[in-house]
Amino acid sequence: MRLGKVGTGLISALALSASMGLAHAKSDITVAMQLEPPHLDPTSAAAGAIDSVLYSNVFEGLTRFGSDGSILPGLAESWEISEDGKTYTFKLQSGVKFHDGTEMTAEDVKFSLDRARSDDSQNAQKALFTGIETVEVVNPQTVAVTLSAPNGSLLFNLAWGDAVIVAPESIENIKTNPIGTGAFRFSNWVQGDRIDLEKNADYWGTPAKLGNVTFKFISDPTAAFAAVMAEDVNAFVGFPAPENLPQFEADPRFQVLVGSTEGETILSTNNKLPPLDNVKVREAIAHAIDRQAIIDGAMFGYGTPIGTHFAPHNPDYVDLTANSAYDPELSKKLLAEAGYPDGFTTTLKLPPPSYARRGGEIIAAQLRAVGIETEISNLEWAQWLEQVFRGKDYGLTIVSHVEPMDIGIYARPDYYFQYDNPEFQKLFENLTAENDPEKRSELLKQAQEMLAKDYVNGYLFQLAFPTVANAKIQGLWVNQPTPAADMTAVYWEE
Amino acid sequence: MPNRKSMLHYFLKRLLSLSLSLVAASIVIFLALEVVPGDPAAYMLGLNAQEDTLQALREELGLTGSIFQRYLSWAGGLLVGDFGVSYTYRTPVSEMIGDRLWVSLPLALYALTLSTLIAFPAGIWAASRRGSAADASVMGVTQLGVAIPNFWFAMLMVLVFAINLRWFSAGGFPGWDAGFFAGMKALTLPAIALALPQASILTRVMRSSLLDTLGEDFIRTARAKGLTKGQALWRHAVRNALIPVLTILGLQFSFLLAGAIIIENVFFLPGLGRLVFQSISARDLIVVESVVMLLVFAVIVVNFAVDMAYAWVDPRLRRRR
Repeated sequence: MRLGKVGTGLISALALSASMGLAHAKSDITVAMQLEPPHLDPTSAAAGAIDSVLYSNVFEGLTRFGSDGSILPGLAESWEISEDGKTYTFKLQSGVKFHDGTEMTAEDVKFSLDRARSDDSQNAQKALFTGIETVEVVNPQTVAVTLSAPNGSLLFNLAWGDAVIVAPESIENIKTNPIGTGAFRFSNWVQGDRIDLEKNADYWGTPAKLGNVTFKFISDPTAAFAAVMAEDVNAFVGFPAPENLPQFEADPRFQVLVGSTEGETILSTNNKLPPLDNVKVREAIAHAIDRQAIIDGAMFGYGTPIGTHFAPHNPDYVDLTANSAYDPELSKKLLAEAGYPDGFTTTLKLPPPSYARRGGEIIAAQLRAVGIETEISNLEWAQWLEQVFRGKDYGLTIVSHVEPMDIGIYARPDYYFQYDNPEFQKLFENLTAENDPEKRSELLKQAQEMLAKDYVNGYLFQLAFPTVANAKIQGLWVNQPTPAADMTAVYWEE
Repeated sequence: MPNRKSMLHYFLKRLLSLSLSLVAASIVIFLALEVVPGDPAAYMLGLNAQEDTLQALREELGLTGSIFQRYLSWAGGLLVGDFGVSYTYRTPVSEMIGDRLWVSLPLALYALTLSTLIAFPAGIWAASRRGSAADASVMGVTQLGVAIPNFWFAMLMVLVFAINLRWFSAGGFPGWDAGFFAGMKALTLPAIALALPQASILTRVMRSSLLDTLGEDFIRTARAKGLTKGQALWRHAVRNALIPVLTILGLQFSFLLAGAIIIENVFFLPGLGRLVFQSISARDLIVVESVVMLLVFAVIVVNFAVDMAYAWVDPRLRRRR
């Protein structure tokens, strides 16, 4: 029994030290997310986790995304577009300094854009910059970007995390010591555990309200739940276990924000592999799928049904879900017409996220109901990239395409779903060259309809983005127009 | 006093076999990971990467040479203590391993200490009261301890001690900069979770080994000399029963160091196990290869040391063969 007392004493001493050690001043915040950035250079990797930590907080581009997806001025205060739509003249904000104290000028902009489009560029989104012909420094505050052909999405492209402005002298160590112009500066990275940011007192714009931001990385969904419940973290952006959200909603300590993303979750289909190359077969698959059952079963009700490859929150979105409404009888009829009255067998290769693994089981059952058998295999991301994405060795797969405004992938016949429609390619060419907002909107609508009509892929739902946070935190991004946990406007309510 | 010449001979023989094991292990590890499908560059650059960008990255990572060249440069680096540079983190692998060891090694030692502190008294207690209710309950509890998966037990502890009682945080590691006490506190729940099955096994080994020893002639002699049961147990039996227990303990240590992958994930600790786990999915092969090689090295060297220690105490082993 004596041992028991000593034990209790020790434990309460531990508990006391915890409450003293972990108490945060109300200008600090600990934000958790699932994935850790592999390194800290947003301009040379595809990992969304890099942007989640650094976008807008540490690095800024000429333009930037608002939480609602709108394009706002960033380091460029204003811009002019030439008559022919080929030259963009950006006027830069004055008094902008990098975190190392050097001034940000037009030279840095030229350097950053030239680096992204150079021959040995390691930019994961190099295609965003290929239309740029020259970048010229007009004067230290003005830079002119000339395109080979008009490109209506340039301002949008420049808002990506892959297009942020970096300083030439910081490139060598950027992967471990990122130096940007944002409202927070990088202070520390304990690999495998956390990244610390601190307020940039010399920020050129509206200063941040928080003093210190700590990002923690918790990949396991059960551990994520525990960390939020134990209030080890103040917020969890991209909470990985939708089944736990009702519990947080019922708890007055927390708020749950469910936002939209750019992630069109689709049943990607190999358009060159028989019998999937037959549009009737693809149409049959589309009608065999009950989207709501997948959203309820795999995502616990979080997600918006889509009928084409486009984000529902976009003003140009056309609701085409009726085009592929759930109708198993029609599906069977279409299969018979296509010459497969008894169905067929194909592969269903699933990457790791739960939307794919859980959704895959449900889709397999729904397809079986109309006579289509699937051989399910679970792949790691690296295997998926090699077999499915690069090797095109698959029949069906489920994946969320999280890049914003990525309808252009359908204009690439060598893309992994191998949709080769010259009509669509022409349409997309016209769209790219178009600068007039109204005409662009019309073309975008046509493009969505064409994809729905061709049943290129099975269109499932738009991925939701849940954030669980302490009820007193204000100013968090709800939506994810780009992967980001923008802390610049976040504060604690008194 | 051991014969020096035979000892030296035995030492050299064991050293040669140690070196050959290491070379063989390095080849197996390298080949096993090279045939794993997946291109590290494609993983890093994602869906929109262009072919020229991928090629530029592959060249920078040194992925373009032949398998043979890459093996030589990796193994050659290992010989001089250069573990290479991580594909994804772009920091030297030796630094990363060093950082992670500061979590994994204390965690393993902590768990080992806990399991020893539980197992020795429990095993001795159970053995000295063979057949009693105490013995039966120790056997029952340890049976449960072996059967319960430690990650499940870990989650249960988090639920009780972190979420309900709020005595501990649910996971994470503040770093030793935050103070020794804060560091140990963060490792407490994971160490208990890791120690539970180990302590159960060790308790059972301790008990049966002690029971064997208690049946030996020299114990009867000791009792005949007039020692009480307790005196005979403590003075003669326990020490002799320790040999198999220490062997198990040695094996457990390497298991604790390498086998904490799941526990490190449950408690999101930045340890070696989690590093390997992340690196495998990111195809950061050089990190995986180097960490696995390091663990193999540790196990082989520990076994070598154990062999030498046996030979030192037991001359018969040296003369064999």
